[in-house]
Parts: sequence; C-alpha cells; structure tokens
Amino acid sequence: MAIEKKTIEDVAYLARIELKEAQLDKLSAELKDILDFIDKLNKLDVKGVLPTSHILPLENVLRSDHPVESLSLEQTLENAPQKEKSFFVVPKVIE
Amino acid sequence: MELYQLTAHQLNEKIDKGEATPESIIASLDKRIQEVDHKVGAYVRHSEFRVQSSEFRVKGIPISIKDNICTAGYPTECCSKILEGFKPPYDATVIRKLKEAGLDIMPLKTNMDEFAFGSSTENSCFGPTHNPWDLERVPGGSSGGSAAAVAADEAVWALGTDTGGSIRQPAAFCGVVGMKPTYGRVSRYGLIAFASSLDQIGPLTKDTRDAALLMNIISGYEPRDSTSVDTAVPDYTKALVNDIGGIRIGIPKEYFIAGINPEVKKAIEEAIDKLKILGAVCKEVSLPHTEYAVPVYYIIATAEASSNLARFDGVQYGFRKSDQDMIEMYKKTRGEAFGEEAKRRVILGTFVLSHGYYDAYYLKALKVRTLIKQDFDRVFKDCDCILTPTTPTPAFKIGEKTDDPLKMYLSDIYTISANLAGIPGISVPCGFTKEGLPVGLQLLARHFAEETLFKVAYSYEQSTPWHSMKPKI
Repeated sequence: MAIEKKTIEDVAYLARIELKEAQLDKLSAELKDILDFIDKLNKLDVKGVLPTSHILPLENVLRSDHPVESLSLEQTLENAPQKEKSFFVVPKVIE
Repeated sequence: MELYQLTAHQLNEKIDKGEATPESIIASLDKRIQEVDHKVGAYVRHSEFRVQSSEFRVKGIPISIKDNICTAGYPTECCSKILEGFKPPYDATVIRKLKEAGLDIMPLKTNMDEFAFGSSTENSCFGPTHNPWDLERVPGGSSGGSAAAVAADEAVWALGTDTGGSIRQPAAFCGVVGMKPTYGRVSRYGLIAFASSLDQIGPLTKDTRDAALLMNIISGYEPRDSTSVDTAVPDYTKALVNDIGGIRIGIPKEYFIAGINPEVKKAIEEAIDKLKILGAVCKEVSLPHTEYAVPVYYIIATAEASSNLARFDGVQYGFRKSDQDMIEMYKKTRGEAFGEEAKRRVILGTFVLSHGYYDAYYLKALKVRTLIKQDFDRVFKDCDCILTPTTPTPAFKIGEKTDDPLKMYLSDIYTISANLAGIPGISVPCGFTKEGLPVGLQLLARHFAEETLFKVAYSYEQSTPWHSMKPKI
C-alpha cells in the first residue's frame, strides 16, 4: 500500500515523535515495504473468525481489596527529570 | 578448567565439595569479563564497573540480567537513551525470586536491542554485541548480550526476554540453550513491556539442566501481574530423564521451504535421525498459516509497543528535552531519544491502530492470530511436541541487514508463531556449519508442557556433544 508523507506526519504527531524531513522520507519508503508485505494477509478469508487479543482464558482478574505497601513519594520522584516538592514539573499546560 | 567455564549445577557441586566459593566464582567471572568483553560487548557499561567493587556482596551463584528487567537501584535502561540513568525503585518479580533463592544478581546488565526491538543486538544505544563464535557476526537478538555472555563464559547463566524469538534466536546463533516459557508461566512484573500479550522472561544457559533449575526459580504466580497464571510449578529437573521412547514429534513441512540454509537443514535432519534412534516417533505435520505469522506479529507487536512506549514522555523518568510547550516537549524528547527502530515500530503501531486502518490491519491480525493458534491446537492433538530449526540461517554479519528492516524481521520467521500462540519453546544447540557457526534446534509444546521440552532436549543433549563446545575468542 502506498503511504503518503502527510499520513506519516499525522501518525508521528499522534505518537508524539518529532521527525526530520529526511527521516520522514525514509520512513515513508520503509513503511511502504512493510505494509506491502503485511498486505499478504488480504489473501486470507477471516469471515466468522473471532479475534484473539489474549492467548489465555483469563477474565476479570482482580486482587483482593486490601491495602498493601506501595512506593514512597521519594522513590516515586527519584527518577524525575524535573521535580518540586511532591510534584513532577512539566511545561505549563493551562493558559 | 576455569570456574567461569562451568554450569550453575557444576558450580553448586564444587561449592558443596568445598572446591569453590561464591567469592572464587565471581573472581573467575570478573577475570573472564576483563579478558574478553572488550571484544564481545555482552555487557553494557562493563568498562565503568568492576564486579569486585565493595558495593557487591557475594553470597551465591551469580546470574546476568538483560537490561529491560528492573533491578532495584541499579541502572535498567532498555539500552535506550530515553531511559538514560534510570534506576528502578523496585525489583522485578523474577529478580526477587532469584534473590530469595540465594543467587547474586550481576551488577552489570546484558546488552540488547533498544526496547527488545530487533534480531541482532545492533539497535542498542551502547553499540552492538559481537558473536563469540565469529566476532564479525551478530549474536542474534534481542537478548544478544545474554546469549553472548553465556556462550563466551562471561556469565554462568542469564535471563533474557522473548517477544518473537528474542531468547531462542540468539541462543541458536550463540550455541546455548534458551527457553521461552508458556505465556503466563513467568511473571512479567518489573519487565519493561514491549508487547504485553507476547512478552515472556526466560533462561539462557549452558545446558538443559541449568535451564530447568532456573525455570524452577523464576516460574509462578504474581498477584501484581494479572497475566501470570496461578497453577502449580512442577520440579522441572524431574523431567530431565534420558527416555523419549514413543514420544510423538511433529515436523511442520512449512518450516522447510525455500530460504532455509542447506547446512541448517542438514543439521536439523541429522537431529531428527538422532531422536528417532532414541525412540521418538517423528512424522510430518502441517501448520498452514505459518507464512502469515510474521505479518501478524509486526501488526500486533508494534501496536502493543506503541501503546506501551507512550509512558516514555520525559515526565516521570529518563531523558527529557525541555521546551516551553508540553506537546513540543514530548515530541522533542521522543524524537531525540528513541532510536531509529523504536521510532519505526511506534509509528507503524500507531498507524495500524489509527482511525480508518484499525479494522484492516489490527483487527485482521487478531483474527489471523486465532487461525495460527488453531493450527497448533490441531497438531498437538496427536503430537507431544513440534521440532523445527530455530532460525533459517546461522548468525549473519554485523551490518548485513540493518538497511532493510523487512529482511531483519524475517530472521524470526520460525520463532514468532510460538509467541502468537502463547506456547513454550526451547532452542538447543544441534551442530555447526562448516564455518564453525552454531545451529539451533527448536522444540515447541502445548501450553504449560515445558516438561516435555526438557525431556526431549535433555535426551538429545545426552547423546550429542554440541552444548559442550566452546568458542575461541
């Protein structure tokens, strides 16, 4: 399947990945090859076949509802690139 | 014989007899790492760290861990710039279990393809690992560092992870034993997720006994992992009996098609003959949807990866590229710190999940996954296990496939189906090419039938010399 550069730009935005112009061109060509290969799935008739999103018959797995120890505030913030008091610091998002 | 050459069960015996101590074992490994790792590159940051530093307290047999499994307080970076300097605040379940069993966690992580995206360990921000059997070749991937460390005697044994063959393929390329357990057998808690419905942690070892010992330790239910399964863990070492009389082995005809290297094919055929002599009943079977496994995988695995990697946004941990604007901050952080293959997969995964393409790609792939699983269900009705080559070729040259992602993806053609079907698989050494490159034999069994794999692999190993061969580095 041919894939337009604009489509890659849109998808890259959805994925929040900045791409340089040259990367966009290269990716468009590579994804075309990969999608052409993937298109062999179209040979198959899957009418009536149920999708498998998970291989084991597990449903509604819940833990018992009682409190257990969890990470401390210090541990949670330990790896943050930017933090202040008990918060992760991010660029301003509210005007 | 140096201590670093021995298996874990041999070292245990030495310790029991008073012929070795945990201190002498770690000293021997340290020496070996200093001797060869500048050539092999199995470990990340090996030059910055000495095993015998004061912070490392020795108490048992050491084990080496892939860089995507969380080790509390010690860098776990997935060989990605985006996790630069990340020190997890907790241990993965497998690490906790290893520690409880008295093992030492090597304070050096093994190299891997960034986020386990790859089949050659060339996509690491720390540079490639070299195959100990031929330093110009790849060790396979993505657990290439773990496989190479075991093959080069720089590790007693190691943990890797397998999403589409990332334990078995490097095990085959490096001439060691590698097992991908049944999905859910080993908890993924603390494994940095690539594709949550496919990932499994498993052992890379010098022989089958060590793999069984390690499976005894790492298997089992974890309440914090809702996909781990709450069934009893057998003693896998009990399956190590040299008796496969009457065992029914299926040989899928779809795995012996054009593209398979003739020397690999020959080694596998000889292994089949050997197993027949040992009493196995081998017969041709069919897995008709085999050719669709790679395309299905590259839809499902990238879709799940695109979702899992959303957490790397420069806020909670790792690398951040600052900007005044929030979205620009995300884009620049991810654009700069994800490697090429990570970007390719996240973008492909986002594409197949996006509006207008979801049904044609993602949903379709989930349906074909059902057909692939049904192929195995059918064959396992009258076979105890399936035998295939682990890989279509021996280890390829470094750089040979880096410009062609599709070609790289096809090197996992024989291993991917097991992840899609959730079944266990093991790769064991089964010979060498004329050039001296190892060849791997893959065995697959039904869900939770790891014991069958151990039984067949052990019996084969007992009557062949391949697992005891060592590379000259």
